[in-house]
Amino acid sequence: MIHLTIDGKKLEVEEGTTILQAAEKADIHIPTLCFHPLLEPYASCRVCIVEVEHQGKKELLTSCNTLVREGMVVETASERVLRARKLNVEMLLARAPAAEPVKKIAQELGIEKPRFEIKDPQEKCILCGLCVRACEEVVGANAISFINRGQEREVAPPFGEPSEACIGCTACAFFCPTGAITYEDLYGRQVIHEELNLGPATAIRVPIRQAVPMVPFIDEDACIHFKTGNCQLCVKVCEKEAINHDMKEEEIEIEVGSIILASGFKPFDARRIPAYGYGRFPNVITALEFERLVNASGPTGGKILLANGQEPKAVGIIHCVGSRDENYNEYCSRVCCMYSLKFAHLIREKTEADIYDFYIDMRCFGKGYEEFYHRLLHEGTKFIRGRVSEITDIPLTPEEEGKLIIRVEDTLVGTVRRIPVDMVILATGLEPSLDHNEIAHIFNISCSQDTFFLERHPKLAPVSTFSDGIFLAGTCQSPKDIPDTVAQAGAAASEALALADKGTFELEPITAEIDEKLCAGCQICVSLCPFNAITYNKEKHISEVNDALCKGCGTCVSACPSGAAQQKHFRDLQIMAEIEGLFID
Amino acid sequence: MSDQKPKVAFYWCASCGGCEEAVIDLAEDILKVVEAVDIVFWPVALDFKKSDVEAMEDGSIAVSFINGAVRLSEQEEMVKLLRRKSQLVVAFGSCAHLGGIPGLANFWDKESIFNRAYHTTPSTDNPEGVVPQEKCTIDGKELYLPSFFNTVYALDQVIDVDYYLPGCAPPRDLIMNAVQAILEGNLPPKGSVLSPNKALCEDCDRNDTKPEKLAIKDIKRPWEVILDPEVCFLAQGVICLGPATRTGCGQRCISANMPCRGCFGPTDQVIDMGAKFLAAFASILDADDESEVEKIVETIVDPAGTFYRFSLPTSILRRRKMEEKR
Amino acid sequence: MSQQAFEPKLVGFLCNWCSYTGADLAGTARMTYAPNLRIIRVMCSGRVDPQFVLKAFQEGADGVLISGCHPGDCHYQEGNYKALRRHRLLSKMLEQFGIEKERFRLEWVSAAEGAKFQKVCNEFTEQIRKLGPLSWNGGKKNE
Repeated sequence: MIHLTIDGKKLEVEEGTTILQAAEKADIHIPTLCFHPLLEPYASCRVCIVEVEHQGKKELLTSCNTLVREGMVVETASERVLRARKLNVEMLLARAPAAEPVKKIAQELGIEKPRFEIKDPQEKCILCGLCVRACEEVVGANAISFINRGQEREVAPPFGEPSEACIGCTACAFFCPTGAITYEDLYGRQVIHEELNLGPATAIRVPIRQAVPMVPFIDEDACIHFKTGNCQLCVKVCEKEAINHDMKEEEIEIEVGSIILASGFKPFDARRIPAYGYGRFPNVITALEFERLVNASGPTGGKILLANGQEPKAVGIIHCVGSRDENYNEYCSRVCCMYSLKFAHLIREKTEADIYDFYIDMRCFGKGYEEFYHRLLHEGTKFIRGRVSEITDIPLTPEEEGKLIIRVEDTLVGTVRRIPVDMVILATGLEPSLDHNEIAHIFNISCSQDTFFLERHPKLAPVSTFSDGIFLAGTCQSPKDIPDTVAQAGAAASEALALADKGTFELEPITAEIDEKLCAGCQICVSLCPFNAITYNKEKHISEVNDALCKGCGTCVSACPSGAAQQKHFRDLQIMAEIEGLFID
Repeated sequence: MSDQKPKVAFYWCASCGGCEEAVIDLAEDILKVVEAVDIVFWPVALDFKKSDVEAMEDGSIAVSFINGAVRLSEQEEMVKLLRRKSQLVVAFGSCAHLGGIPGLANFWDKESIFNRAYHTTPSTDNPEGVVPQEKCTIDGKELYLPSFFNTVYALDQVIDVDYYLPGCAPPRDLIMNAVQAILEGNLPPKGSVLSPNKALCEDCDRNDTKPEKLAIKDIKRPWEVILDPEVCFLAQGVICLGPATRTGCGQRCISANMPCRGCFGPTDQVIDMGAKFLAAFASILDADDESEVEKIVETIVDPAGTFYRFSLPTSILRRRKMEEKR
Repeated sequence: MSQQAFEPKLVGFLCNWCSYTGADLAGTARMTYAPNLRIIRVMCSGRVDPQFVLKAFQEGADGVLISGCHPGDCHYQEGNYKALRRHRLLSKMLEQFGIEKERFRLEWVSAAEGAKFQKVCNEFTEQIRKLGPLSWNGGKKNE
């Protein structure tokens, strides 16, 4: 350990510590511009200079890159220090008069105007080199560096041309202390931290806020490390040393006794109804987008704002978008009425806007739902019964200028109306998830006419499927709200548990059997069985059915040319008797 | 002395005479039979008349071996007579057992058969268009011919049959076994077919050459290919009724490198041999697509005639639909 | 029998998973359709033995329907393909027996297709009504 004194405070710090770090530990503030804890010190701004007395010798040194030594005495704000610092800052200010952090330090030091000539009043770059170091040390792309010397010195890509080496990671802009570097996607190059419509995402992130397990993952497509082999800043800052870039995705096979499918839904794509203008009008948004908008951790911090940043004065909510519509989906999506009412309530709470709800029928079927609807009726939401035919931005009257006009037949009044609003929320319905058909194929389950998964029986086996041991939960089976989903998921879980608890599986007693006294071993059945349940016993010269593999389709039975195979409970004679029975009048 | 020996009758109905040959083919064994029994009626070989049979006491014949299908009223009359006079009736050979080759006539009826036979065959020379009549008068005398049925019947569709000796014609050891069993009174339950109740594949030497998965894309008729003498016919794409046909024949056709045609009829569990073979055979066709399936099916010439070659009268439908007479 | 009074007797062999469930759906959805089809449930259309079809005709059916899952959707993976192969060969053979192709029908009806089942029933009934009775008289010994 090393002992030293800073501004009269006696300290004990580890060997290898810089003066700046030691001071920070002792809560002594030393101003600096070019220092960043994640990068090697560079000592270019010279704002951090301090006066050091060691072995009887006093000298001015930059604290960011001077290591502590035994018995050192440091003054961070002596007269000599301040004079030198002031001079340095004056020079920086003359070079980059528009740089906010420089202005701030100058102000702290009492500098009003630099004594030196100001070359460019708009300049922000102080040539601290953080950007160059970030690009080299962190990113490893080496796309920018200092060029020229003296007064001409600046940061730029080679020859001032857009660099092929630049991966567009924007780390330089991130590290720049003065905002001198900005970026734009000029060349259609992939910007790694892509702005998703639901807000920016980072390369290391938690997939969704409700994720289980709540563990971040690294998006290999976005992570700088997987592009250049460098960076790994996350590893440096993670105190738990939990990050390992060498981990690879792997496929794991798990043997299970039952499977619960909860593959969910995808929202109806509102672009499919061109008359509603989604995608054309920025203020026509979907329910899910509105949900992000009102979220306190959303892009506007929970404020309901138009695309231009203003608060809407009138909002229209359109029910049944893509649902209850012969052109799209005939079924009712079951959740839209209630979430639309919730939206109306939130808009009322957060804004002064007029709210219009365009509905076909209000479907408030759940516990407490009808009461909520009544509350909304008294809150002043205007309910208009009728399907919206069109949303347009072509005004017919001065009041409609700059508005979105909703055209609708008000079926209660019996007239066609035009209602100008600022924002339209489309209550998009629910559709089966994208890979729905693939899943159905993998698990050999059927879909009902609305294309959702079909349950084994609508009343008696609502969470089972036609495939034994496969259960359904949630919106993959049909649109449903959260309480219904939770209830169904509970039921599916208990069905699965009931199977696991028993530990054995009951076979349907309808398997095929082959009478060995009658079988001639012709092996026709062996070729036909889709489950490989029949094998030919060469020694006994007969074919044999494995009961555990046989699923009881009876294909082998009907094909058995000598009648040696029979299906339990579906014997030839039983079915023949059934046929005879049909004709007894 | 002859009264002590059991009386035996042989009779033929609609048949080719092959079954009579089968009896003669017993060769020296026939002497053993003749020694043990008293043949009281055998139109093809011995000069007994119908009246001789009528004169016998009912049930006095121990066993009648009747071959051939029933096609004419005369045959019906004779088999009913023999039934009355016999303790046991054995349907001898495929025609009596199943209807046999004459049974294929059930795809037509009397009118169309007569029309073909007496008018339209290229070899017919019948300028006056004479057609057999059941009754005609010549020189003031009335002559009668037996009537011709629309449908050919197996023996048990006309009279009660005790046992069946299958085969076209029945092989010699099956005949000897049957005669021996009757003489010794060591008989299986009534109605039995006197041959093992398993399909021919059981005894077929080629059975083990079947591939793991039988799948047929090209169907070939025996004359279209040079057949491998050791490999399963189905595996070669040739229709072989072996899997649906009762065994006991001694692989006569198979060892002559010809596929089984089904003369032994189905096993006891099967009601309709043709349908059952069709089920098996169609299942192993190698096509899932509708048009592909149809393409293969098109190449199967005369499925009914092939699958029911010997058993049409005893199939579920028995015959082609009779055209309604107006 | 006048053509108006003729009510076809139809036999349907329906697979348990798709078509029988589809028929059930037609019922629970209260769809009305011709009552002429008499249904026999089998686990899979692949269980339908051609003997059953012949038996139905022989017993007096004017038409026989086999209905199973759509190709590729068989609960037992490929039973319906076997039904398809048998149907085509058997139809060809039935024609040799003088039974028209139209009297023997194969349809794919999924568990969701209650409406299709209704349509198939109605169409088939009408088709056979037009065709008239089969009244199988095949070879009974009563000439």
